[in-house]
Amino acid sequence: MKEIKLMKGNEAIAEAAIRCGADGYFGYPITPQSEVMETLMALKPWETTGMVVLQAESEIASINMVYGGAGCGKKVLTSSSSPGVSLMQEGLTYLAGAELPCVVVNVVRGGPGLGTIQPAQSDYFQAVKGGGHGDYKLIVLAPASVQEMADFVDLAFDLAFKYRNPAFILTDGVIGQMMEKVELAPFKPRWTNEEIEKNHPWATMGKKQRKERNVITSVELDPYKHEDLNKKLQAKYRLIQETEVRLEMIACEDADYLLVAYGASARICEKAVEVARSKGIKVGLLRPITLFPFPTLEIKRLAAQVKGILSVEMSAGQMVEDVRLAANGVVRVEHFGRLGGIIHSPSEVVEALENFFLKA
Amino acid sequence: MIDTVNPIIAPENLIYAKSEVLLDNIMHYCPGCSHGVVNKLIAEVIEDMGIQQTTIGIAPVGCAVFAYNYLDIDWQEASHGRAPAVATGVKRLLPDTFVFSYQGDGDLAAIGTAETIHACNRGENIVMVFVNNGIYGMTGGQMAPTTLPGMQSSTCPFGREASRDGHPLKITELLAQLPGTSYVTRQAVHTAASVRKTKKALRLAFENQKLNKGTSVIEVVATCSSGWKMTPVQANKWMEENMFAYYPLGDMKNE
Ligand SMILES: Cc1ncc(C[n+]2csc(CCOP(=O)(O)OP(=O)(O)O)c2C)c(N)n1
Ligand code: SF4
Repeated sequence: MKEIKLMKGNEAIAEAAIRCGADGYFGYPITPQSEVMETLMALKPWETTGMVVLQAESEIASINMVYGGAGCGKKVLTSSSSPGVSLMQEGLTYLAGAELPCVVVNVVRGGPGLGTIQPAQSDYFQAVKGGGHGDYKLIVLAPASVQEMADFVDLAFDLAFKYRNPAFILTDGVIGQMMEKVELAPFKPRWTNEEIEKNHPWATMGKKQRKERNVITSVELDPYKHEDLNKKLQAKYRLIQETEVRLEMIACEDADYLLVAYGASARICEKAVEVARSKGIKVGLLRPITLFPFPTLEIKRLAAQVKGILSVEMSAGQMVEDVRLAANGVVRVEHFGRLGGIIHSPSEVVEALENFFLKA
Repeated sequence: MIDTVNPIIAPENLIYAKSEVLLDNIMHYCPGCSHGVVNKLIAEVIEDMGIQQTTIGIAPVGCAVFAYNYLDIDWQEASHGRAPAVATGVKRLLPDTFVFSYQGDGDLAAIGTAETIHACNRGENIVMVFVNNGIYGMTGGQMAPTTLPGMQSSTCPFGREASRDGHPLKITELLAQLPGTSYVTRQAVHTAASVRKTKKALRLAFENQKLNKGTSVIEVVATCSSGWKMTPVQANKWMEENMFAYYPLGDMKNE
């Protein structure tokens, strides 16, 4: 029997974490995502699946607790919103450098600074380009529904362990706070320590009978060895780029104009496609589901078909840079988006499209 | 020389042997540095307790960053100051293992103060080894939170002045106030007797962990002859005369 529930995006993250067999959650309260930890605390998974849930003293502590747990081969996650995720950047680059799998959720709110608690998409650069130091990449998933909030927790863990890399769920206050129907996945048992030892032989669980000790580290002072390590990371990122691109295309076959949008903006753009088509403008929508790896090839292909591309984000224009790189000058690429916590309407999107591309 | 020594090396004559937990890698610590002794003592305690297979060490950023090259156990290398949070993550998810953090004064008492206090306040069931040499060794001798008044460093070349630089932080006294800590002590490793005492303290701390007694904090007042710009012998003397006056040795809490 299917289990269907009406829930908030943030609650779906919590529910999905327990169901996919997560071992631990470490977090610090911040609006608009506090429901993730609140839901976990209310569900008391330590009494059922044995999952650990702990409120840390800061996001710096949470991400480092995640580092500790991830180093033991455990499925651990944290969630926060923009200011908190800024504090996690140090931890994220260490996790990437030490090649540790984990899941980090950012329910983005408007910045810069303390900004606003209203939704925004202004942390794309930080998530996709690496907000911490060094040449590293996070695998970045962008859910556009409460269902995807639930589904992507499990997917993020799968990708994180497949590539030994932190996976990031970049969402926003709209998706985090809105309520939708969710079909919940069945419970998966947590991995036993024996399973972890077998499947993740790098994990530090105590040396046991291993000949060699395991060391989780990101430091290498020999520059030649360090260059090799960096090359290995880059090869991994290339493999991820080649293998893991996920996207959704809506009404793109006959499109004259293309909208590119993710998350809440993609939901708005779905409606904008309808509005535009009712006016006789053939508009399609490409929704990147993975922001890294970015659907560069698909955008490149559509760039040759359409007369204009509009990147729609609740930001001053961040993803638009990647869209432009993909289009590579073949077609004009513009950006539209409201800022500071304001959500654009479908008609505003269509109006922007008309202003950019259809007015002489 | 060899001819006279070799016949003496016989099992019945051995009173001391290198711990099996200690690897053969050459330590990068400067001559006379306390870190090497503390590393060795932890190795001995792990061996004595038979917990090599179940111990996970958390190395800091500081001169002990490569401690994982010396002890044959599983290790995680944390970012600067975050070892107590990393240790928390490990211990919460693997409660049956022995977990210790190994940190310098900059790591534990400056950049990582919040992580230190909150791990102790939660009573994380871990051992914190705190090597207090009153200076930043690894980065070349800058002022630490524990640098003594008047003591010179590369960032207080005319001596630490409390009115400008603040006071040396007695963080261990502070940690002893927290209900989450069960054993808090300050030791040293500059004499044979003090080495034995520190080893006993470390043993007790790991035994406490077995009994789920909360956080044990072992501070070791240490020398950094390179950072202090002294010979190892001078450094020991200076430590006895100056550091011990401000950081008196002994147990602060043993519950
Ligand atoms: C975030 C960050 N800030 C600064 C540094 C540079 N740094 C490395 S070690 C260190 C201080 C080490 O001093 P201490 O913790 O007292 O250890 P010791 O080397 O004396 O054993 C500093 C400031 C760093 N690695 N990371
Ligand atoms: S710099 Fe100081 S703390 Fe570091 S190894 Fe040398 S003596 Fe030891």
